[in-house]
Amino acid sequence: MLNYTIRRLMFTVPVLLFISFIIFLLLDLAPNDPTGNLPMTIPPEVRQQIRESLGLDQPIWVRYLLWCKQFFINEPLNIIEQWFGIQIGDGDRLRVRSWATRSPVVDLIVERLPQTLWVVGMSYVVGILIAIPIGVVSAYRQYSWFDQIGTFISMVGFSVPTFFTGVLMIVIFSVWLGWFPSIYDTTLVVEDWASFMQQVRQMAMPVFVLALFNAAQISRFMRASMLDNLNQDYVRTARAKGLKERTVLLVHVLRNSLIPVVTVIALNVPQVFGGAIITEQVFKVNGLGQLLIIGIQGADIPLVQTLTFIFAVLIVLFNLIADILYGILDPRIRYD
Amino acid sequence: MKYRSILAAAALALASAPMAQAGRGDAGNLNIIYWQAASILNPYLSGGTKDIDASALILEPLARYDENGNMVPWLAEEIPTVANGGVSEDLTTITWKLKEGIKWSDGTDLTADDVVFTANYCMAPDGGCQGLAAFADVANVEALDPLTVKITFDKPKPFPYGPFVGATTPIIQRAQFENCVGAKAPECTEQNFNPVGTGPFRVVEFRANDVITMEANPNYRDPDKPHFATLTFKGGGDAAAAARAVLETGEFDYAWNLQIDPAILSQMAKGGKGTVISAFGTAVERLMVNLTNPDPALGEKRSTLEGGPHPFLTDPAVRRALSLAIDRNLLAEVGYGAAGQATCNVVPAPAIYVSTANDECLVQDIAKANAILDEAGWLPGPDGIRQKDGVRLSILYQTSTNAVRQDTQALIKQWWSEIGVETELKNIDAAVFFGGDQSSPDTFQKFYADIEMYTNLFDGTDPETYMKSWTCEEIPSPANNWLGSNMPRYCNPEYDALWAKLAATGPLEERAEIVKQLNDMLVQDGAMIPLIHRGRVSAHANSLTGVKLNTWDSEMWNVADWDRQ
Amino acid sequence: MTDATVQDARQSRAGRSQWADVWDQFKTHRGALLGMGFFIFISLLVIFGPWLWDIPPNYIDIRAKNQGPSLAHPMGTDQLGRDTFAQVLAGGRVSLLVGVTAMALSLVLGTLVGVLAGYFKRLDGPLMRLTDLFLALPLLPLLLVIIMLFRDTLRAAFGPETGIFILIVFVIGITSWMQTARIVRGDVLSLKEQEFVLAARSIGTPSHRMILRHILPNVLSPIMVSATLGIANAIITESALSFLGLGFPSDFPTWGRLLFDSTNFMTLNPERVIWPGLAISLTVLSVNYIGDGLRDALDPRIRGR
Repeated sequence: MLNYTIRRLMFTVPVLLFISFIIFLLLDLAPNDPTGNLPMTIPPEVRQQIRESLGLDQPIWVRYLLWCKQFFINEPLNIIEQWFGIQIGDGDRLRVRSWATRSPVVDLIVERLPQTLWVVGMSYVVGILIAIPIGVVSAYRQYSWFDQIGTFISMVGFSVPTFFTGVLMIVIFSVWLGWFPSIYDTTLVVEDWASFMQQVRQMAMPVFVLALFNAAQISRFMRASMLDNLNQDYVRTARAKGLKERTVLLVHVLRNSLIPVVTVIALNVPQVFGGAIITEQVFKVNGLGQLLIIGIQGADIPLVQTLTFIFAVLIVLFNLIADILYGILDPRIRYD
Repeated sequence: MKYRSILAAAALALASAPMAQAGRGDAGNLNIIYWQAASILNPYLSGGTKDIDASALILEPLARYDENGNMVPWLAEEIPTVANGGVSEDLTTITWKLKEGIKWSDGTDLTADDVVFTANYCMAPDGGCQGLAAFADVANVEALDPLTVKITFDKPKPFPYGPFVGATTPIIQRAQFENCVGAKAPECTEQNFNPVGTGPFRVVEFRANDVITMEANPNYRDPDKPHFATLTFKGGGDAAAAARAVLETGEFDYAWNLQIDPAILSQMAKGGKGTVISAFGTAVERLMVNLTNPDPALGEKRSTLEGGPHPFLTDPAVRRALSLAIDRNLLAEVGYGAAGQATCNVVPAPAIYVSTANDECLVQDIAKANAILDEAGWLPGPDGIRQKDGVRLSILYQTSTNAVRQDTQALIKQWWSEIGVETELKNIDAAVFFGGDQSSPDTFQKFYADIEMYTNLFDGTDPETYMKSWTCEEIPSPANNWLGSNMPRYCNPEYDALWAKLAATGPLEERAEIVKQLNDMLVQDGAMIPLIHRGRVSAHANSLTGVKLNTWDSEMWNVADWDRQ
Repeated sequence: MTDATVQDARQSRAGRSQWADVWDQFKTHRGALLGMGFFIFISLLVIFGPWLWDIPPNYIDIRAKNQGPSLAHPMGTDQLGRDTFAQVLAGGRVSLLVGVTAMALSLVLGTLVGVLAGYFKRLDGPLMRLTDLFLALPLLPLLLVIIMLFRDTLRAAFGPETGIFILIVFVIGITSWMQTARIVRGDVLSLKEQEFVLAARSIGTPSHRMILRHILPNVLSPIMVSATLGIANAIITESALSFLGLGFPSDFPTWGRLLFDSTNFMTLNPERVIWPGLAISLTVLSVNYIGDGLRDALDPRIRGR
């Protein structure tokens, strides 16, 4: 297993480089333009000069290599300098800069991480925590009223998009009842009970909306997988052996049913960092998802390139973790 | 760390500043929401309205336009004119005098050097300055003494109020930006996020594309203002959410640009927490008529003068009928509410420039439109679509993606079907449509369609550069990399000559007369079909006073006067 | 869907009695029957409805805008006075067709990649890295590029509506298969080591028969779940595409688009939101029950009981 992991990790480097090039190519090909959202009063010649000042007149490979240098050499050096307080070279390195804000992309990402991790991360945790028991019980008591209601809610939760549920929540809980704020305050610092409650109130709605969506998806896979395993011979054997029903269910069946669920969760973890574009937009959370969508709309290539590349790293990493988990959950799976 | 040290500095400054006066800071916190978040506070590096408005809280120009479009001196003593000797007789120089005793928020004096530096900053090559258009024809900017600035132009400028007038070209501090000129401009993150200004507020914390926290500028020239001690400038969400936050939940005091369905907006306003305000500037939603042939079969020559004239839109009868079939009042009512008026002009304001020669189109007349087409020989074919000599009146009608625009498209399609014209609708993401990407076929410059719709406008009150948009040399084509603003590909030597005359004419009345003539040529020759004179809609909390919605300048122009009841 | 592959797998085993068995088992599943009934009902409704309800979905009657339900407009009207019922009917045609075909495409792709990667060790690396690549690609720029490159060609070849339909199905299909592929691969990896597979292999069963007879039927349940979620996903993604100006022309109603457009009218005109939302949810729910029933019916262990 260790061997396998090391081999995979080594293979990851060229794969990620290739992915980064494909992303760059894609962003370059995309027809949106950084001057597209400027007011009409800015004349075409000035727009052309703006594009040139962003370096858009240079060939694509020059820009790609520049990005590689900035991202793979300059940024890590910069982080090392900041962490250890030392000076490497003259310290005057070009960092990856967003075109819209003209500030280093990495700083923007660091600024946005807290709210995204809080809101989106929490919603995944909540989603998983409610989805797994629901999936297990629905499968064990298939076609009971619990199962039927669970199916109904999760299907509605999945098929009604968050742009709708989010606005519905705001209308009910912010406008009519006035319980929760409709706009997330990213500058809030939790330092005492009152500000903690404030944080809880402003997180309540986005977390609920996202958790519903995630729980719907995960509980379906959990239920299906449990159903598959409940009829297997080994379950009958375990029961025949006189094991307690509880042990049969939670140790034998659950463990064997987790493979598809682990896949779904592993696929979703990078999305925690990717933020939830629509939910963040609806509740004005302004996390990484909102940063990405603004970047894409404004054709902010350095920003989008850096963000998507970081997601790519996370995706590759978590898929590797999922593969390793398969091996742990089912020792028969061997990769060597 | 940085945040804390700024706070400490602020506390010190506040303690040392004379705080005895009543007025400044007594109204607490002001919450403003812009559904597009500000990404930078340097208007020279971002021309987006959100960025210009956010920086207008901090940076100020020499003169501004008030809510009626009149120029008012701001950092300058008075508006220079030929009469008061500020503008030279030959119209090639303008001399501004600064008010005395104006301080930057760091306590130093504003001098003419700062103004000269600002001009050089924007005009530096490789800087990608987005306000460059205002400095057109500027030959030299010099400081005659610490409070006097002289701007010299290459040629006579009948309207010399381009640089330093209005929110797009405010004065930045030389001491702060000295090392940020030209190619280094984008690297000065600290400066671009925390500019030192003369305006009523200064930055405490800037979070790009999210929220800006500001506090009252302790060195602001009026000791009683601003009335608000702190200010939160939040961005994100969409227009409906911003409207809701002011009108329904009352979380925010001011919301910008609420282009949403008027029925929804008026229902939200019934909440009683806020007021919807609107004002009109120069923006006109119009249909651009492609006078060249967009047939894909032409390949490279598609939608260019070389590709030949359009098969049917060059017929004046067709263009007139298309225009007459539209009920502009209904479009305004359905899509814009209080923020839209029917118009038949390309220049809808200021009043002195407005022509009345085209008002025929204000009233929809389908019968007349049909009669015109019948008379011109366009007769309905077997499928109900009019045709002549094998050419069918079938139109591809494109615009950017926007709920109001799609409603307008649907209505116009129906009206045109009533006069036997077939319409295919197409909407394109705004960043693609208005972006100038050379490889994309969907840009508004390439105009690979028969009709396209968008809004155009001009800054300030003078339409000279705006009217130049429809001269022959402005036609976008592969030769000039599709750079150009003459989307209809309208080329009329008479128009060009008349525009040249405008550029050389000084007296306002004569200029107005010429602009009207130019406007009438454009409309009557059918290069454009104007639809709606669009206003701005914003909303403020009922407790907020002093708001004067201004379409000629930044909406934040008089934020120092805002107060809470 | 995967019917074709499943069919192959079954036909080689027994004659038609096998299918009669499946149908018998399916019939005992009340939810599945109900779901199937509803799905057929709604399909018939959107296919034939527009002939019975003769208000054109795009007809604008501006005097009747923002109306509540009435005899003339049973589901009310929108902000331009278009009849919501007619729009829901017309929108259903597109949404159902897009939902089912895009889901089928993504399912076939996902299952293919997943089974191949899980079963053949040599393909595992390349195929999974390809999956990583697709997962990592930013969706929006990808869509912009695809649409820029192919819209005009397809429009010229098939006309504006069919051309864009093909484009949308293709776009949704190729951007949503990755999850299915990863899940199926995970299941195949663990199946491959089970005794019956080892047994089958030891008697020299060729790979294609192994996959069709032993592997595929056993990964059916995650595929079914993917199918259910896939339809909902395709319907919603289509609305996001239209919203971005990348989908159907704006006067071409679809369920997702109706729901999106009416979200802001929620408090003004609640009927407008409820109907398209209900249509999407019930369709997805019915597909889910059909999937449940089908899964049970195709599982010989249950069928035998």
